[in-house]
Amino acid sequence: MNTYETVFIMNPVLSDDQVKETVKKFVDHIKANKGTITQEENWGLKKLKYTIQKKKTGFYYLIEFQADGKIINDLEVEFKRDERVIRWQTVKLEKFALEYAERRKKKMSTNTKAN
Amino acid sequence: MAKTDIKYLSPVDVELKNQNKYCRFKKMGINYIDYKDPEFLMRFLNEQGKILPRRITGNSLKFQRRLAVSVKRARQIALLPYVADNLK
Repeated sequence: MNTYETVFIMNPVLSDDQVKETVKKFVDHIKANKGTITQEENWGLKKLKYTIQKKKTGFYYLIEFQADGKIINDLEVEFKRDERVIRWQTVKLEKFALEYAERRKKKMSTNTKAN
Repeated sequence: MAKTDIKYLSPVDVELKNQNKYCRFKKMGINYIDYKDPEFLMRFLNEQGKILPRRITGNSLKFQRRLAVSVKRARQIALLPYVADNLK
Protein backbone atom coordinates (compact mmCIF):
# COMPACT_ATOMS: atom_id res chain seq x y z
CA MET A 1 0.00 0.00 0.00
CA ASN A 2 1.29 3.38 -0.99
CA THR A 3 0.02 6.85 -0.43
CA TYR A 4 -0.90 8.87 -3.46
CA GLU A 5 -2.10 12.35 -4.05
CA THR A 6 -4.23 13.37 -6.99
CA VAL A 7 -4.97 16.92 -8.03
CA PHE A 8 -7.52 17.34 -10.78
CA ILE A 9 -9.10 20.28 -12.54
CA MET A 10 -12.74 20.26 -13.57
CA ASN A 11 -14.56 22.22 -16.22
CA PRO A 12 -15.52 25.69 -14.89
CA VAL A 13 -19.02 25.56 -16.42
CA LEU A 14 -20.15 22.84 -14.00
CA SER A 15 -22.62 23.65 -11.26
CA ASP A 16 -21.78 22.95 -7.60
CA ASP A 17 -23.82 19.76 -7.67
CA GLN A 18 -22.07 18.52 -10.78
CA VAL A 19 -18.71 19.19 -9.16
CA LYS A 20 -19.74 17.19 -6.10
CA GLU A 21 -21.01 14.42 -8.31
CA THR A 22 -17.74 14.25 -10.24
CA VAL A 23 -15.69 14.18 -7.06
CA LYS A 24 -17.94 11.52 -5.57
CA LYS A 25 -17.46 9.36 -8.65
CA PHE A 26 -13.69 9.27 -8.20
CA VAL A 27 -13.83 8.90 -4.43
CA ASP A 28 -16.17 5.95 -4.87
CA HIS A 29 -13.88 4.50 -7.49
CA ILE A 30 -10.96 4.56 -5.06
CA LYS A 31 -13.05 3.11 -2.25
CA ALA A 32 -14.39 0.37 -4.50
CA ASN A 33 -10.80 -0.69 -5.17
CA LYS A 34 -9.95 -1.06 -1.46
CA GLY A 35 -8.38 2.35 -1.16
CA THR A 36 -8.79 4.61 1.85
CA ILE A 37 -9.17 8.35 1.54
CA THR A 38 -6.97 10.23 3.97
CA GLN A 39 -7.52 13.79 2.88
CA GLU A 40 -9.79 15.80 0.61
CA GLU A 41 -9.33 19.43 -0.25
CA ASN A 42 -11.52 21.65 -2.32
CA TRP A 43 -9.52 24.55 -3.71
CA GLY A 44 -12.52 26.01 -5.51
CA LEU A 45 -12.49 27.93 -8.76
CA LYS A 46 -8.95 28.98 -9.65
CA LYS A 47 -7.42 30.75 -12.57
CA LEU A 48 -5.23 28.60 -14.79
CA LYS A 49 -1.79 29.95 -15.66
CA TYR A 50 -2.29 28.88 -19.25
CA THR A 51 -5.35 27.83 -21.22
CA ILE A 52 -6.32 24.18 -21.24
CA GLN A 53 -8.92 23.18 -23.82
CA LYS A 54 -9.69 26.87 -24.29
CA LYS A 55 -10.57 27.27 -20.62
CA LYS A 56 -9.00 29.89 -18.43
CA THR A 57 -10.37 28.76 -15.07
CA GLY A 58 -11.17 25.47 -13.40
CA PHE A 59 -12.37 23.81 -10.21
CA TYR A 60 -9.39 22.33 -8.37
CA TYR A 61 -9.77 19.32 -6.12
CA LEU A 62 -7.21 17.29 -4.22
CA ILE A 63 -7.59 13.72 -2.96
CA GLU A 64 -4.98 11.99 -0.84
CA PHE A 65 -5.46 8.25 -0.50
CA GLN A 66 -3.80 4.99 0.39
CA ALA A 67 -4.15 2.26 -2.16
CA ASP A 68 -2.44 -0.45 -4.08
CA GLY A 69 -0.38 0.79 -7.00
CA LYS A 70 -2.39 -1.27 -9.46
CA ILE A 71 -5.51 0.88 -9.19
CA ILE A 72 -3.74 4.04 -10.35
CA ASN A 73 -3.85 2.99 -13.96
CA ASP A 74 -7.61 2.41 -13.81
CA LEU A 75 -8.12 5.68 -12.03
CA GLU A 76 -6.21 7.58 -14.70
CA VAL A 77 -8.28 5.91 -17.40
CA GLU A 78 -11.42 7.05 -15.57
CA PHE A 79 -10.09 10.60 -15.54
CA LYS A 80 -9.29 10.41 -19.20
CA ARG A 81 -12.77 9.20 -20.09
CA ASP A 82 -14.54 11.80 -18.01
CA GLU A 83 -15.19 14.92 -20.05
CA ARG A 84 -15.81 17.04 -16.97
CA VAL A 85 -12.16 16.70 -15.94
CA ILE A 86 -9.72 18.75 -17.98
CA ARG A 87 -6.44 17.93 -16.21
CA TRP A 88 -5.27 15.54 -13.51
CA GLN A 89 -2.03 14.57 -11.86
CA THR A 90 -1.33 11.68 -9.50
CA VAL A 91 1.81 11.78 -7.41
CA LYS A 92 3.21 9.14 -5.10
CA LEU A 93 4.07 10.49 -1.67
CA GLU A 94 7.42 9.32 -0.36
CA LYS A 95 8.84 9.59 3.14
CA PHE A 96 9.46 13.33 3.26
CA ALA A 97 6.32 14.12 1.34
CA LEU A 98 4.24 12.22 3.90
CA GLU A 99 5.79 14.21 6.75
CA TYR A 100 5.00 17.38 4.87
CA ALA A 101 1.43 16.23 4.18
CA GLU A 102 0.89 15.51 7.88
CA ARG A 103 2.09 18.98 8.84
CA ARG A 104 -0.10 20.49 6.14
CA LYS A 105 -3.14 18.62 7.43
CA LYS A 106 -2.55 19.86 10.97
CA LYS A 107 -2.20 23.39 9.71
CA MET A 108 -5.40 23.10 7.72
CA SER A 109 -7.37 21.74 10.66
CA THR A 110 -6.18 24.51 12.99
CA ASN A 111 -7.04 27.09 10.38
CA THR A 112 -10.56 25.78 9.97
CA LYS A 113 -11.04 25.68 13.74
CA ALA A 114 -10.00 29.32 13.99
CA ASN A 115 -12.56 30.23 11.37
CA MET B 1 43.04 45.53 -37.31
CA ALA B 2 45.10 44.24 -34.48
CA LYS B 3 43.48 43.77 -31.17
CA THR B 4 44.11 46.79 -29.00
CA ASP B 5 44.33 46.60 -25.28
CA ILE B 6 41.63 48.46 -23.48
CA LYS B 7 43.13 50.84 -20.99
CA TYR B 8 41.23 52.06 -18.01
CA LEU B 9 42.05 55.23 -16.15
CA SER B 10 40.84 53.91 -12.85
CA PRO B 11 40.97 50.29 -11.80
CA VAL B 12 37.87 48.40 -12.81
CA ASP B 13 35.63 47.22 -10.04
CA VAL B 14 35.72 43.52 -10.35
CA GLU B 15 33.77 41.78 -7.69
CA LEU B 16 36.37 39.71 -5.99
CA LYS B 17 34.34 39.19 -2.85
CA ASN B 18 33.20 35.65 -2.68
CA GLN B 19 29.58 36.07 -1.76
CA ASN B 20 28.78 33.08 0.27
CA LYS B 21 26.06 31.26 -1.50
CA TYR B 22 24.22 28.61 0.39
CA CYS B 23 21.48 26.14 -0.21
CA ARG B 24 18.41 27.52 1.49
CA PHE B 25 16.73 24.14 1.65
CA LYS B 26 19.63 22.70 3.59
CA LYS B 27 19.83 25.71 5.83
CA MET B 28 16.11 25.83 6.56
CA GLY B 29 15.82 22.09 6.92
CA ILE B 30 13.24 21.73 4.16
CA ASN B 31 13.34 18.23 2.76
CA TYR B 32 10.22 18.23 0.64
CA ILE B 33 9.50 20.92 -1.91
CA ASP B 34 5.76 21.26 -2.36
CA TYR B 35 4.54 21.62 -5.93
CA LYS B 36 1.20 22.99 -4.68
CA ASP B 37 2.79 26.24 -3.50
CA PRO B 38 3.49 28.29 -6.65
CA GLU B 39 4.38 31.44 -4.71
CA PHE B 40 7.33 29.70 -3.11
CA LEU B 41 8.49 28.11 -6.35
CA MET B 42 8.29 31.50 -8.02
CA ARG B 43 11.47 32.54 -6.19
CA PHE B 44 13.45 30.07 -8.25
CA LEU B 45 12.14 31.18 -11.63
CA ASN B 46 13.06 34.08 -13.87
CA GLU B 47 10.55 36.38 -15.54
CA GLN B 48 10.01 33.96 -18.38
CA GLY B 49 9.16 31.19 -15.98
CA LYS B 50 12.42 29.33 -16.47
CA ILE B 51 14.13 27.60 -13.59
CA LEU B 52 17.13 29.58 -12.38
CA PRO B 53 20.49 27.80 -12.45
CA ARG B 54 22.28 26.65 -9.37
CA ARG B 55 25.06 29.15 -9.86
CA ILE B 56 22.58 31.92 -9.14
CA THR B 57 20.38 30.41 -6.46
CA GLY B 58 23.13 28.46 -4.71
CA ASN B 59 20.99 25.36 -4.27
CA SER B 60 22.72 22.07 -3.66
CA LEU B 61 22.49 19.55 -6.46
CA LYS B 62 20.13 17.32 -4.50
CA PHE B 63 17.60 20.08 -3.94
CA GLN B 64 18.00 21.59 -7.37
CA ARG B 65 16.85 18.25 -8.77
CA ARG B 66 13.90 18.08 -6.40
CA LEU B 67 13.03 21.67 -7.12
CA ALA B 68 13.01 20.98 -10.86
CA VAL B 69 10.58 18.09 -10.34
CA SER B 70 8.28 20.26 -8.22
CA VAL B 71 8.29 23.10 -10.73
CA LYS B 72 7.43 20.71 -13.54
CA ARG B 73 4.58 19.22 -11.51
CA ALA B 74 3.24 22.67 -10.76
CA ARG B 75 3.34 23.46 -14.46
CA GLN B 76 1.38 20.35 -15.32
CA ILE B 77 -1.58 21.37 -13.15
CA ALA B 78 -1.43 24.97 -14.39
CA LEU B 79 -0.24 26.50 -11.12
CA LEU B 80 2.81 27.82 -12.98
CA PRO B 81 3.06 28.74 -16.65
CA TYR B 82 5.28 26.87 -19.08
CA VAL B 83 6.10 30.11 -20.86
CA ALA B 84 5.48 33.63 -19.62
CA ASP B 85 6.49 37.17 -20.38
CA ASN B 86 6.21 39.08 -17.16
CA LEU B 87 5.95 36.64 -14.35
CA LYS B 88 7.26 39.06 -11.73
